[in-house]
Amino acid sequence: MANINELKYTYSLRIADNAWILSHRLSEWCSNGPLLEEDLALTNIALDLIGRAQTFYNYAAQLEGKGKTADDLAYRRNERQYYNNLLAEMPNGNFADTIARQLLMSVYEYYFFMSLQNSKDETFAALAVKTLKEVKYHMAHAADWTVRLGDGTEESHEKAQQAIDNLWMYTGELFEADETDTALIAQGLGVDNPSLHSLWETHIKNVLEEATLRLPTADYMQTGGRKGVHTEHLGHMLGEMQYLQRAYPDAKW
Amino acid sequence: MVSTAYTREDILQLLSRIADPEIPVVTIREIGMLQDVHMTETGCEVIITPTYTGCPAMGIIEADIKSLLDEHDINATVKMVYHPAWTTDNISEAAKEKMKKYGIAPPVHSGCDVANAEAQIACPQCGGKDTEQISRFGSTACKALYKCNECKEPFEYFKCH
Ligand SMILES: [Zn+2]
Repeated sequence: MANINELKYTYSLRIADNAWILSHRLSEWCSNGPLLEEDLALTNIALDLIGRAQTFYNYAAQLEGKGKTADDLAYRRNERQYYNNLLAEMPNGNFADTIARQLLMSVYEYYFFMSLQNSKDETFAALAVKTLKEVKYHMAHAADWTVRLGDGTEESHEKAQQAIDNLWMYTGELFEADETDTALIAQGLGVDNPSLHSLWETHIKNVLEEATLRLPTADYMQTGGRKGVHTEHLGHMLGEMQYLQRAYPDAKW
Repeated sequence: MVSTAYTREDILQLLSRIADPEIPVVTIREIGMLQDVHMTETGCEVIITPTYTGCPAMGIIEADIKSLLDEHDINATVKMVYHPAWTTDNISEAAKEKMKKYGIAPPVHSGCDVANAEAQIACPQCGGKDTEQISRFGSTACKALYKCNECKEPFEYFKCH
């Protein structure tokens, strides 16, 4: 049985990984947005996520106590050592794919950080309060666009529905709890993920209804993020993300 | 020892000169990012809090604080804290007035729900009430983009947080 600091380390690392990997995806939109304002919005959200990743990596490094920095954790691990949810690493696809990923993820994050605010760990609770303020804007942004695309033209409607359908199988693992989760839930330190599922699904259903989109019914769910088992997409992303740190370790501006 | 020449209040006073790198008409004290100064045996510890977790200005602010105190031979460390979380309530009324003159509509209220907060933003240029949101994210994460239907000018709104 891992000690409490090891559990909190893993937990903080996972939260950071989710933010870090998703922020990298969103930053790929930089200069590729469908319109200037949206280019700015997506990269601003990416920046919020980078900030979140940094704070949770810093906390993880502190808990580990081996003198690592946030950068060491962000850039110097291999694919199997990342614990982000698979949803975060899904490619940007078309704009509707990105918006669908943002919707599914940010609504989950909303309920997750709402709950983490009550953690008995003071740092988790404080960072959750801070993060939640930002997540509310991300969620509003994603919901607005979901409605605009879903209740838009025939083509945008079709693409929005396709996007939600394609990503649905990666939403199941958001609500899983492994030994780390269970141990932290028992001590009032972590979030009871399974209990968030119905809140999340109702919320998503309401947005989709307003957008004239269907809630998917497929029940096959792919999992693996918590174990470091990823889709083919993560490795490709890391190849680009870590290139500089690998080629020029400790490079300075 | 040099540090004894300055009191905590002196140092706060000095740091009150440092401008927010993104909205240079207001200072880091007025916007509420400068939280406190703790006197230590060797100098002082300056406590700052970010507006947004990813605020890219924090590195510049930290460097500004160090170089200013360095000019006065004050040995300083800068510590970033996240609790209590910064809110737009930390912005002083005077700073909100300065922001408005600078062309940024100041935050209306805080602790709000997003949709309510965005409903009625007056134009900082003409005071017109007929405005509409162009984008929820402006040049920085803390601002949204609006346009005024009365004077036809675009403007930024400092979002409530
Ligand atoms: Zn106007």
